[in-house]
Amino acid sequence: MIDQTSKTTHPVLIFWITAGWVGFCLLPWYMVDGGLWSFEWLLDGYPFDEDYAPAAFLIGQGEKLWLAPLLIALALPLLVLKRTKSDPIYASILILSGALGFGWLIAQGFSIGIRGFNFNWLEAMFGELGDRQFGMGYGAMICASSFLFLLTQGIAARGAINGDVFVVSAIGGVITIVTAFVFFPIAKMLFAAFITEDGAYSIAVFFSKFFDDRLWGLGCFQGSRCGAAWNSLFLAILVGVITTVLGLCFALVVTRSGFRHKRALRALTVLPIITPPFVIGLALILLFGLSGSVTRFFAELFGTQPTRWLYGMPGILIAQTLAFTPIAFLVLIGVVEGVSPSMEEAAQTLRASRWQTFKTVSLPMMRPGLANAFLLGFIESMADFGNPLVLGGNFDVLSTEIFFAIVGAQYDQGRAAILAMVLLFFTLSAFYAQRVWLGKKSYTTVTGKGDAGVHPLMPTGLSVPVLLIALGWALFTIVVYAMIIYGSVVELWGVDNSLTIKHYVTAFSVRFEEDSIRWTGAAWDSFWTTITIAAIAAPLTAAVGLVTAYLLTRQSFAGKNAFEFGTMLSFAIPGTVIGVSYILAFNVPPIEITGTGVILVVSFIFRNMPVGVRAGIASMSQLDRSLDESSLTLGANSWQTFRNVILPLLRPAILAALVYSFVRAMTAISAVIFLVSAEYDMATSYIIGRVENNDYGLAIAYSTTLIFVMLAAVGLLQLLVGRVQIGRRTQHGTEASR
Amino acid sequence: MTDTKIGSKAAPVRFENVSKVFGKDVVAVDNINLHVEAGKLVTLLGPSGCGKTTTLRMIAGLEMASSGKILIGDRDVTKLPATDRDVSMVFQSYALFPHMSVLENVKYGLTFSGFAKDEARSRALYGLELVGLQGFDNRLPSELSGGQQQRVAVARALVLEPQVLLFDEPLSNLDAKLRRQVREDIRAIQQDLGLTVVYVTHDQEEALAVSDEIVVMRNAAIAQMGTPRQLYDAPNDRFVADFIGEANLLNCQIVDINGDAATIEIEGYRHTLPRRGLSEGNATIAVRPSRLVIGSDQGIPAKVAKATYVGVRMEYTLIGAFGQVFAVHDDVDAPLDPGTEIRMGFADKGPVLLPG
Repeated sequence: MIDQTSKTTHPVLIFWITAGWVGFCLLPWYMVDGGLWSFEWLLDGYPFDEDYAPAAFLIGQGEKLWLAPLLIALALPLLVLKRTKSDPIYASILILSGALGFGWLIAQGFSIGIRGFNFNWLEAMFGELGDRQFGMGYGAMICASSFLFLLTQGIAARGAINGDVFVVSAIGGVITIVTAFVFFPIAKMLFAAFITEDGAYSIAVFFSKFFDDRLWGLGCFQGSRCGAAWNSLFLAILVGVITTVLGLCFALVVTRSGFRHKRALRALTVLPIITPPFVIGLALILLFGLSGSVTRFFAELFGTQPTRWLYGMPGILIAQTLAFTPIAFLVLIGVVEGVSPSMEEAAQTLRASRWQTFKTVSLPMMRPGLANAFLLGFIESMADFGNPLVLGGNFDVLSTEIFFAIVGAQYDQGRAAILAMVLLFFTLSAFYAQRVWLGKKSYTTVTGKGDAGVHPLMPTGLSVPVLLIALGWALFTIVVYAMIIYGSVVELWGVDNSLTIKHYVTAFSVRFEEDSIRWTGAAWDSFWTTITIAAIAAPLTAAVGLVTAYLLTRQSFAGKNAFEFGTMLSFAIPGTVIGVSYILAFNVPPIEITGTGVILVVSFIFRNMPVGVRAGIASMSQLDRSLDESSLTLGANSWQTFRNVILPLLRPAILAALVYSFVRAMTAISAVIFLVSAEYDMATSYIIGRVENNDYGLAIAYSTTLIFVMLAAVGLLQLLVGRVQIGRRTQHGTEASR
Repeated sequence: MTDTKIGSKAAPVRFENVSKVFGKDVVAVDNINLHVEAGKLVTLLGPSGCGKTTTLRMIAGLEMASSGKILIGDRDVTKLPATDRDVSMVFQSYALFPHMSVLENVKYGLTFSGFAKDEARSRALYGLELVGLQGFDNRLPSELSGGQQQRVAVARALVLEPQVLLFDEPLSNLDAKLRRQVREDIRAIQQDLGLTVVYVTHDQEEALAVSDEIVVMRNAAIAQMGTPRQLYDAPNDRFVADFIGEANLLNCQIVDINGDAATIEIEGYRHTLPRRGLSEGNATIAVRPSRLVIGSDQGIPAKVAKATYVGVRMEYTLIGAFGQVFAVHDDVDAPLDPGTEIRMGFADKGPVLLPG
């Protein structure tokens, strides 16, 4: 056994010191044109050209001298290479070097921008700078990581978390990226709300925009229009209530009725996961719009004029209910199944009738689930962007108002920021209420003990209406989805109903030439971009999510609750808010990634991270802690334990997180629509663009294709997860060999 | 291949004023001093919540001491995490990795200890042989019985030749018959290889059977330590007397001191036994149920309140002015009926005064 405390080779330390020097001396310091994936710079003046030069060369040429102090921070750790880890000097030097380097990097990054000094007081102190800098590139980012991990190694050497370098570094890493990509943009957005047109800060501006009539007006009681905030709130409450009731009906039918086609009902719940949110809105237009089939049918029947009743509140309500009921169902099925049958059987043996049992035992025990489902529906409705955009008409809601404040003719960042704050306030309140509510009550009745009972059937008086509602709604859902497929093969809806595949041809035509395929369809560009970005984002999302889940379930450290709250926060932040805050925060140095593919990847990672975290936590809490502990006592360190024991046992969770984040990245619209650029256009924003041009055929054909692509992805997952069997400790092992 | 032998690097363990506080004020272990000699099997025994498992986990490095010093061999390991300590542990749940075969499980620790692949494999195979599981190397843990899983867990810990081997209630998931067998196996391996073993249990019979030395813990502190015999025959206080084996605790008067012997009196009945440093006056005496003599002509008056036939013997509950006692009697052919008035005496050896 090697004595770990006295050894003087530190492979991890050497790695990060080397990385720091490489970042400083070899890689271009600033963001190069063409993004991270372009390597033109290698042939184009590197390493002396100012745009491509590494920091060391810049300083050598007497430019960007403010980068020079970083050399001290890079040199410091070289001093401790020969010292032992328990030496207090080792820890102090690393902390000093990391903090100095990281701090200086951030300070200079924020102080000096594309127009010289960013702050007037700096200019007053040092005079005109006469130089400028762009966003961080390879060199700067690698240097920053190097400093960060030098710092965490120093903290670990001081004895934090038993001196565990992996855990301290993971915590440091997660905190840094969450701060950079969640808290920083949100904070930046909050500040934007106070900025006047000429760039000064003013409270008055904030108040004048905040108390705008378009936001809080109550005109709808006198026949005119209400403010967007009230509209959003009212809509969200309605959607929350309706989806919860419908979800409960479905859950009851599946668990407590003699209905035979339960599997088919369950299959409906996969649909919203693979459907871009606004597609339902499109289908509703085909059915109930001005030239919709149902509208026309009734118009001819009664000889009335078709109306535009769908556009506005009713349309959005129907579309969101269709889209989010399955989510409520997924929440409630767990709760309804979780009610221990023996409780209900106990009630029955105590002479309660089926109806009394349901009313006094089953329903009260489902209460937390109902609250949870309502809040989820509420948040989803608040955050939904696609449906209000397609169906909103004159009914303004916050998410679309934010969009028009940024992209419309008014271009008013301050207003967008204030709208986003109001939206954020609503969703965070709901998020907070949910945590408080669920924190106090626990009706979890699923224990490790076998529970042999069966759920009693619903009382007849209840089961008939519940079954009718559930089946009626299921039928409606099926009709809506059928319309989507049908709509994609109709020439021009409502005008020329002949069947055609021309929309698919326009979107996805391919020409075969001698030895190459040419993707001539209009949709291919955005399609491949979407697939690429989603494929890059998925593994990163899963990785960040699982590491975070590992820290939350397996480690204890100071500030863990705040850490958890911070990582789950982005779940409650609507996509539109993320979108606005990202363009406000990331179109100027030090992190200048607007218009690149990176910003899309980053936004997906942090939008979908909570899902990865939840999946990870759920399956990690199933793993007995003694597995990790025995690995540790057998001489593996925490990284080796994570890799050899936890990860292999989490394969199903990893796959689920991968596919889920892939699919979510493909269907997302709300944040994406702010972040796409001509070069990196995503499928969803392309489709929305088609819809705005009234090109429904193409839009629907493209959406249908996306649905089938994602159906394939989900199917593949089911297949893979089905096959990945983990030999759990059971008395009757079924696996003969692996 | 099989000439690889598992040796022992057994080292002593020493706790110096060790405390462990969870959160702000939950004291799990309070200022413990403990010395485990190399090559001995020491049991930590106590009711649940007494701090025995926390003590074990502090040896493993899974919990860090809040204050004090922990030494393994002559090395101060107080601040070392589990990974860096030369200690291995057999868990209550066995904690076999379900996704690895038996051989991979046993080899797991060896791969992190710098053994070459062949060496690790042959050591692992030898370890399996040692616990009598040769030929099971390609099975998954889920395909083994509880007792076999337990032995894999032991082999996995053994092959690392740890300085100290820890057992956390290793028998609690086994059925009663298997327990006796496995505890004898563990004791045999420990003695053959000369291992230092620290063993946690709440079962006093198990502790008496396997230990060189027993440490009885109560309320985060050590109540008494000693050989099984010392603890059984000369408990220090009521708690230890009652926890190790059953004991009837009776109030008595020391009426006469003669050198190392004391004479006690209860309701006129006199008995002479070792003094244990006490002086005349009120005292407490502990008498094992088997050391109560029922039906002697002189003794303390008592009445049979309950009589239970359990096959090998009779069990009686006796009541009297002294309170209530529990007695056993080997005569099952002529049982006493409830209500019988008898006199109850003490056996010559066995009853003991409690100094604490």
